[in-house]
Amino acid sequence: MSMMKNFMTWIDDRYPATKVWNEHLAQYYAPKNFNFWYFMGSLALLVLVIQILTGVWLAMNYKPDAELAFGSVEYIMRDVDWGWLIRYMHSTGASAFFVVIYLHMFRGLMYGSYRKPRELLWIIGVIIYLAMMATAFFGYLLPWGQMSYWGAQVIVNLFSAVPVIGPDLGVWVRGDYVISDATLNRFFALHFLLPFILAALVFIHIVALHKVGSNNPDGVEIKKGPKGNRWSDKAPADGIPFHPYYTVKDIAGVAGFLFIFAAVVFFAPEMGGYFIEHPNFEPANPLKTPEHIAPVWYFTPFYAILRAVPSIAGSAFPGVVAMFASILIMFFMPWLDRSPVKSIRYKGGLYKAMLWIFVVNFILLGYLGTQPTTDLYKLLAQIGTIYYFAFFLLMPIYSKMDNTKPVPERVTE
Amino acid sequence: MKKLIVAFLLAVTPMLGLAAGGGVPLDDADIDLSDQASLQRGAKYFMNYCLSCHSAKYQRYNRMAKDLGLTEQEVIDNLMFTTDKIGQTMNIAMTAEKGTEWFGNPPPDLSVIARARGVDWLYTYLRGFYLDEKRPFGVNNRVFPDVGMPNVLWQLQGDQKAIYKTEVHNGTETEVLERLEPAGEGTMSPEEFDQVARDITAFLSYIGEPIQMERKRLGVWVLLFIAVFFVMSYLLKKEYWKDVH
Amino acid sequence: MSADGVDLKKRRTLTLATSAVGAVGAGFVIYPFLAAWAPSEKAKAAGAPVEADISKLEEGQLMRVKWRGKPVWIVHRTDKNLADLPSLDGGLADPNSDDTGQQPDYCKNPTRAVNDKYLVAVGICTHLGCSPTYRPEVAPEDLGADWVGGFFCPCHGSRFDLAGRVYAGVPAPKNLEIPPYQYLSDTKILVGADGGSSS
Repeated sequence: MSMMKNFMTWIDDRYPATKVWNEHLAQYYAPKNFNFWYFMGSLALLVLVIQILTGVWLAMNYKPDAELAFGSVEYIMRDVDWGWLIRYMHSTGASAFFVVIYLHMFRGLMYGSYRKPRELLWIIGVIIYLAMMATAFFGYLLPWGQMSYWGAQVIVNLFSAVPVIGPDLGVWVRGDYVISDATLNRFFALHFLLPFILAALVFIHIVALHKVGSNNPDGVEIKKGPKGNRWSDKAPADGIPFHPYYTVKDIAGVAGFLFIFAAVVFFAPEMGGYFIEHPNFEPANPLKTPEHIAPVWYFTPFYAILRAVPSIAGSAFPGVVAMFASILIMFFMPWLDRSPVKSIRYKGGLYKAMLWIFVVNFILLGYLGTQPTTDLYKLLAQIGTIYYFAFFLLMPIYSKMDNTKPVPERVTE
Repeated sequence: MKKLIVAFLLAVTPMLGLAAGGGVPLDDADIDLSDQASLQRGAKYFMNYCLSCHSAKYQRYNRMAKDLGLTEQEVIDNLMFTTDKIGQTMNIAMTAEKGTEWFGNPPPDLSVIARARGVDWLYTYLRGFYLDEKRPFGVNNRVFPDVGMPNVLWQLQGDQKAIYKTEVHNGTETEVLERLEPAGEGTMSPEEFDQVARDITAFLSYIGEPIQMERKRLGVWVLLFIAVFFVMSYLLKKEYWKDVH
Repeated sequence: MSADGVDLKKRRTLTLATSAVGAVGAGFVIYPFLAAWAPSEKAKAAGAPVEADISKLEEGQLMRVKWRGKPVWIVHRTDKNLADLPSLDGGLADPNSDDTGQQPDYCKNPTRAVNDKYLVAVGICTHLGCSPTYRPEVAPEDLGADWVGGFFCPCHGSRFDLAGRVYAGVPAPKNLEIPPYQYLSDTKILVGADGGSSS
């Protein structure tokens, strides 16, 4: 034991190992009333690790070459020992990442985790979400199937809709006049690079989190409440050390998540064509568009918004603007919410209704994004788009009008 | 909170249930991948009827031997016609140029066709050829209109003809294919032929993902292990959280 | 941490048990990643046994076949070559092929071959992996008056006799590797498989 102690002293004189351990785990006090939704952060971190690890391993056999890419994926699936498992973990991981992140963001919306003093924390989070979407988009081209190809074709053509510079911009992004070998090669390079930037952003996200401390389902600032608990006189009374209490809790959460994750990987890796789309089992063919193309499910709400906005003077640019605006508007959340309370628990019926309709609306838009357009679907998507923006833009009004309930001094059990 | 999760799942479920279907209702292929005899027959039909024009360039012969319970010698003697080696993949001599010349389009590689089209589609397709004088090979297909491929199984199945019915859409009458009827005897009874189509479909499903049976078998153990780990970590959590509650 | 009302023993046991199961799980996860580095089915197919037709190989000649990406030599030895072999024993590091890792059991004999006339050996120097040069001539200027034919590695000067046996005092530590092989007929050798009669 004393040898261990000597060793740690030697380390601590040179690197703040014990200090970091205490500040961020053993003596980092988190609110004691975290619920289900608070698993998502640690799960997102887990999925990021899974994606980087499996991704690096896939890169060992993948060939970023238009002639070879499709075959190299099948090579991984058949000829590489356990390649199928690594590939399915990666494809399932991509969708799992978005499931977890959407739940993580929804948690933020419910409990007002974007409100002062967590504005920067939220903004960094939105940047992470953008980086994730970019990573997923680049990665989706790599299997070089029909969906990969035409999905990338459609999205890159969005840039071509930008007035004046658009066409040149599209060519520049592709490095060719169509999606081609050059595009595939650069998307591969970026798909390999971005996750490491993502990891750095996650680190910054956690630094910001530990500066301000976690929010909780009651939206009560435990740092402003009374002090003193069984572990420390100076710590917030409603806080508990992250380690061991939340580490053991998160481990149980991880086990629960892995059960669902493994169930998908081993029993339904295609997830009915939503995680791996059927047309992507046909090699990319620049001369033939599949009958119906749709982005992967996690992009479809934004795709629905894109299609809902009518083109003006023959230009699809307004739709493109609406699509990007629908994501960028999230940055302003901290200042849109004018409610005197943070958590949905103490907000009134108006806000609750708005949020729940928003969730249903988001899922509806997601569904519409997967479907071919009909007149009815287009109308629905337009109503959905209007509501999507109304939720954000009218928030300063309805969050203020809302009848809130009194917030307790301390967190509730 | 549980209500929220249930609500979310309920909202998502209908999305997952929707398969990509064309206009024609597909017949249930009803394949059984654990039936090795069916897969072996499917392999034989595949080699006889498909592999001269279609390749399966990601599927190795020796892998097939192992998965279908055959020895490599059996595969070499009974299923391989070319001078290929047992470790090679199922390639064909016909080039894409020749294929285009003969069929209009090069016949696609069939390695992952079952994953692209679905087994029900394949089963319906194999049984869905009917006489159509307008087509170069005299046949058309109910799930693949104007297909470039001849009905290679016609001797077994016998010809089929299409029965049309008239439907009125928005005031205009259109002829719609209603069903197919036999128009000539094949060497097999309809039941026997359906089994042939089923065997080929099963084999195509197998080569689409050779690991799929093993994957599910392994998955059971993985889930059991994670379940045990979950129970233990939950007990550990409960024990520690006695301090908090 | 205060210990009031806490069953520390139970806590310790649970922690240990969960850690143990977790460690086993980590092992299960790591295994596929390590196994993925093994030669793939494609590499195995490419490394499958190769046939060599020796019907046109004249006495004293060497032919090469590629097996698993490596050169495999087949040398048609002359009667003189075979007669010379025992006389070299004194200057060799392992004249009796006692290192069992360097040849199948059926080649642990004075000529290191199934059929004395033909040497089959992997043409990779056991020192650092260069491919030695075939030097059949007797007593060339650069190799000295004692040379009765053999292999000379240009990288670091290792010498081997015509049975692939390494000379003493050269950088290479071991005799050249003899791959598993079998005669399919008098003039056909299958390199890479021996039909089960292996080492």
